[in-house]
Amino acid sequence: SQAAWCELPSRVLLVLTSQRGVQMYESDGSTMVFWHALDVPELPAAHSVFARGIAAAGGHFICVGTSFGAVLVFDIPPKGTNVTLSEVLEQHRDPITDIAAEQGQAPEGAGDLVTADDSGTLCLWSTGEEFTLLGKIPGSGSTCSSVALWNGIVAAGYGNGQIRLWEAGSGRIRAQVSAHARWIYALDLAPLTGKLLSGAEDSFVHVWKLGRNPDTDDIEIQHCHAECVTDTQVCGARFCDPAGDTFAVTGYDLSEILCYGAA
Amino acid sequence: MSARTLPLLFLNLGGEMLYILDQRLRAQSIPGEKARKDEWTDVDRKRVMNDIITTMFNRKFMEELFKPQDLYSKKALRTVYDRLAHASIMRLNQASMDKLYDLMTMAFKYQVLLCPRPRDILLVTFNHLDAIKDFISDSPGILNQVDETFRRLIETYNCLSDGEFQLIRQTLLIFFQDMHIRVSIFLKDKVQNSNGRFVLPISGPVPWGTEVPGTIRIFNHKGVEVKRAEFTTAGNYITPQREGSFELYGDRVLKLGTNMYSVTRPVETHMSASSKNLASQAKENIAPNPLAKEELNFLARLLGGLDIQKPAGGETGFRLNLFTTDEEEEHAAQTRPEELSYKVINIEATQEPGRRAELSRILGELDVAEPRPGSAEKGEDLLALMDGL
Repeated sequence: SQAAWCELPSRVLLVLTSQRGVQMYESDGSTMVFWHALDVPELPAAHSVFARGIAAAGGHFICVGTSFGAVLVFDIPPKGTNVTLSEVLEQHRDPITDIAAEQGQAPEGAGDLVTADDSGTLCLWSTGEEFTLLGKIPGSGSTCSSVALWNGIVAAGYGNGQIRLWEAGSGRIRAQVSAHARWIYALDLAPLTGKLLSGAEDSFVHVWKLGRNPDTDDIEIQHCHAECVTDTQVCGARFCDPAGDTFAVTGYDLSEILCYGAA
Repeated sequence: MSARTLPLLFLNLGGEMLYILDQRLRAQSIPGEKARKDEWTDVDRKRVMNDIITTMFNRKFMEELFKPQDLYSKKALRTVYDRLAHASIMRLNQASMDKLYDLMTMAFKYQVLLCPRPRDILLVTFNHLDAIKDFISDSPGILNQVDETFRRLIETYNCLSDGEFQLIRQTLLIFFQDMHIRVSIFLKDKVQNSNGRFVLPISGPVPWGTEVPGTIRIFNHKGVEVKRAEFTTAGNYITPQREGSFELYGDRVLKLGTNMYSVTRPVETHMSASSKNLASQAKENIAPNPLAKEELNFLARLLGGLDIQKPAGGETGFRLNLFTTDEEEEHAAQTRPEELSYKVINIEATQEPGRRAELSRILGELDVAEPRPGSAEKGEDLLALMDGL
């Protein structure tokens, strides 16, 4: 199960995913605005059915991934409960792991949405009344567990502990970091500064800085900070402010949320 | 949640149970000629191990186990192991059974947590099966059953993706969430902290397929590497030597799931009752599970209906103590914190005449094997099991 705030220009909705489907609530949790039950097609029961991956995109859409590989695109009205299923994107053949919308300024030709799946395949889209597939980056054996998109840079975290940066426009790889010793669970991005946060099962949380070299146009990534949450497998990590000066961490068997900030 | 988790949970917990029982039986055994009528011998030990393993790997049971399904509730699973432990001439008191189950679950929780890759959970399972095959190495009939299960595991799991294994791992971790029973062998080996949480090392070999953290590589728009930088962390990792084998026979490389008990290291558990989490977990266990009845009916049918060799000559069965003395066992039973009670369904034959009509009707509806002389006791077990729900 996942929970995410979806910030749209007109309203903020709380979206929950589970084995049953998708639920959307008003931001104060008071009313359920909408729910969508997942179909259970003629797949053998051995294949799990669930929704996973949530992102607000294109001004008035909320995208949710499914274990079938399909991405559901919901059209959200400025208020009220008249949410409709606008499109179903069917480019992935493996369960969706994560979805991310552009958090900065997309360069010309680069998409503003990226979707990732269990096989490590990434799809780049441009949002709108009809979503268009702009490019597909094939996986190379490792699950892409989490993804972020900023100024045309796709940051992807993998089950083998790697972080890779891809050029959204061309789909080319621009950086590869042997970041963690275990499965990366969470990636988050601070849009004001381009800081990237990664949390993994190896107990580590790292803060990185993304950027573009103005002369070479190379995408750069620097390591800023490492934090070891002793004896804890990190399951969630998020910046608490848009500049990335503070962040919060959750872990398996941990009943607390740990908050980190500048000393 | 993954619907393919139960076989792995059952087999690994079963494996741990066998390690512990084998160790306790060896620790308490007396050479054959010197043994009194109520003392364990090596022959008894082998027989108990054989009986339990035969029951565990029963073909029908395995077939049902491997069907895609949700995990059993903690209560239902505990009852399965209760019956399994009593599949032979051995008897365990409640306190000893509680301790056995605590040890089994904490050991497997540790193994799941420390698995380097999600798919290494399969190697842990293979380690348990390799050891089980060793326990019954001179019984080709049972060996065959175990090999069959081995092959079924390979067939079902070897082709799953990393993502699917991670889902299985997550399903297991949720099952074990908030369990922090302290095990003295873990505390001594500094594998568990005094607060019950496991030590997660940040050194040693990285998982197969992962690079040692520390390198940043930058590529230009043509895909050519143009810069390489290093960063350091507190971790101290090295490259692994080789990958474990996923075949029927082979070096698993991974040590998780191998037998960590030996005759000279007694195993104790400490109850940590003060945690708030336990209270909420206990509440969850008490809430009635409408499916529990179905699960238990089904399991009871399978395990209760199995042909277990009852000892000839009216032996009442030997009692195994998981503690070092009877007094310790008694004390543990009295001092076990309420929140950690497994609330096991007690198996008692009922004698009330009024109930017989109702019970006979229920019995009539069940698919139970034709009652054989001397099996009346088993039939009553089944009924009493349902009665207690």
